[in-house]
Amino acid sequence: MKEVIAKIENMSKAFPTGEGDFWALKNINLEFLKGEFSGFVGPSGSGKTTLLNILGSLDTPSKGKVEVLGNKIQELNQRQASNLRSEHLGFIFQTYNLLPVYNVYENVEFPLLLLRMDAGTRDRMVKEAIEWVGLMDKIKSRPNQLSGGQCQRVAIARAMVKKPDLVLADEPTANLDTENSLNILDTMLNLNKELGTSFIFSTHDPKVIQYLRRIIRLTDGEVASDDPAPGI
Amino acid sequence: MFKFLLKGVFRDRHRWLFPVLIVMFTVGLLVFSFSFLEGYKQSYLRQTSRFNTGHLKVVSRAYAEMLDLKPYDLALLDIAGELQGYKARYPQLDWVERINFGALLDVPDEMGNTRVQGEVAGFAIDIFTDDSEIKRLQLDSALRSGRLPARSGEILLSTIAAEKMQIAPSDTITLMGSTVFGAMTMQNFMVSGTVEFGIASLDQGAVVVDIQDVREMLDMENAAGEILAFFKSGEYERKQAARIMQDFNQRYSDESDEFSPVMLRLEDQGSMGYILAMLDLSVLWMSIGFITVLGIVLWNAGLLNGIRRYGEFGVRLAIGESKRRVYAALLIEGLIVGTTGALIGVILGSAICIYFNRYGMDMSVYNRNSTMLSENVLYTSINAYAIIASFIPGVLSTVLGAALAGGAIFKRQTSQLFKELET
Repeated sequence: MKEVIAKIENMSKAFPTGEGDFWALKNINLEFLKGEFSGFVGPSGSGKTTLLNILGSLDTPSKGKVEVLGNKIQELNQRQASNLRSEHLGFIFQTYNLLPVYNVYENVEFPLLLLRMDAGTRDRMVKEAIEWVGLMDKIKSRPNQLSGGQCQRVAIARAMVKKPDLVLADEPTANLDTENSLNILDTMLNLNKELGTSFIFSTHDPKVIQYLRRIIRLTDGEVASDDPAPGI
Repeated sequence: MFKFLLKGVFRDRHRWLFPVLIVMFTVGLLVFSFSFLEGYKQSYLRQTSRFNTGHLKVVSRAYAEMLDLKPYDLALLDIAGELQGYKARYPQLDWVERINFGALLDVPDEMGNTRVQGEVAGFAIDIFTDDSEIKRLQLDSALRSGRLPARSGEILLSTIAAEKMQIAPSDTITLMGSTVFGAMTMQNFMVSGTVEFGIASLDQGAVVVDIQDVREMLDMENAAGEILAFFKSGEYERKQAARIMQDFNQRYSDESDEFSPVMLRLEDQGSMGYILAMLDLSVLWMSIGFITVLGIVLWNAGLLNGIRRYGEFGVRLAIGESKRRVYAALLIEGLIVGTTGALIGVILGSAICIYFNRYGMDMSVYNRNSTMLSENVLYTSINAYAIIASFIPGVLSTVLGAALAGGAIFKRQTSQLFKELET
């Protein structure tokens, strides 16, 4: 029996607008197991990113309960939410969002600095993570000296360096060509298998969808379907 | 983490260049301005005390009432014995007697008839007893032609007056005035040399005469218009001056006798107190003005920089840095940038001040019509106050700028900052 790492119960999320509340998510009920490689799929405005933000403790639900790695998201204060993110969660963004003034090594090192690790351990873990994504030869390069695919690999290394329990990836291939997209997805799938890290994607990219082991389709803020990928 | 932040600041030109330049120039300007004003104040104090007020001054109560007019007919009389008493009681002071008087200077032609006349301000000092007054008034360096008076009957004339009236050293002139008893008096003198003090109000037309000659001319035997006292340290010591004045006036002054002596401090004379207070206030207002302008400029720079970096803040929050830590990091960056700019500014400002402290600034153009005893060459005076009062606002301005600009981190929802990653 696999461990449940995230559980969503009767969760809804509203955003205030001039004409009253807009319900971006409605009555969501989901469970995620350790080691899953799953994703929210749906068109723009279906609530994928909002759901990902709530799972990542960047936002809170308006109704219902969300529990991630034993932490009740709706009850966390800012410090507890920061601790959850820095210790257990990794984020991968559509636009990479590397810190432009730092080189590859320093970008990957940043999450470990927040965890106040000693320099020796930090150095070993950073180099290990950069090796996972095959960028040892670019270790001193700045983001503006890298291609889009390389930047996204650095972003993966940054998300994975602290060996998080859960990685949340928001449209990670949206800015990449097919070859780079597949490389990135292979890398993430390998890390999922080797390290047992759970991945939850938000995507409408068919290339990503074909890699997912579980596809949760969202329509207008509601779960339309939640199925294993074909062939699983 | 500090090293990490340090790298981030100095690798991103947008973060440091503008603020460092602004802080550097402003702090440099502040150091220079403070030093300039302090130099001006010191120069003014020095010159005024040397030529006019002393650090302390003893005059008759009646004379004190009309101090600005320097009414030598209200002079202190029979002062020799009194002066010995003062010297014994206040050994920390050097005492000198002076008489200021107005006179008409008459220059004869070859036939002995008046060729030209002009008003001069007479300045009687003790030239021959010892050289203390010559040193105090720096007559050696003020001498432009001829020599210092060597015997009774010789005087020095200001260079400008000498040029205007075409008088050269060794020429004979006549000083005409009135005695303390109101009778007309005139006496011939030989001009031994011309002097230029670099003080516009003196250089316009002054004669420096030995006090004994003037006593004879003005019928003021054993009298002095003023007795000036200077601290032997050479520096004006405000608190000690107040104590001495209080003691002196209790001991020697009699309110019912208008010819009894009264002691005045430097700042009690004429508008000296007001001028010194104004100079101190101008330093304060200048500091406040600079800090306000600097704060607004850097606040805006911080805001613009902060807006540019919302995306970065979003990433850092997503990675797990708390809002408090992001905010603290911004303050530390402000501190780094402010300290760097302020340090460079202090070095730059100090270097300029040291240069002008050594070589001086020619202020003669501005002093041409001035009635204030300020030197034509002004030397900046840099001190710890100038450095601290410039450095601290420089650092504070960037930290406050970052603190105000960084407030947006707390105002915005984490998810909103996160969303701005995509914009």
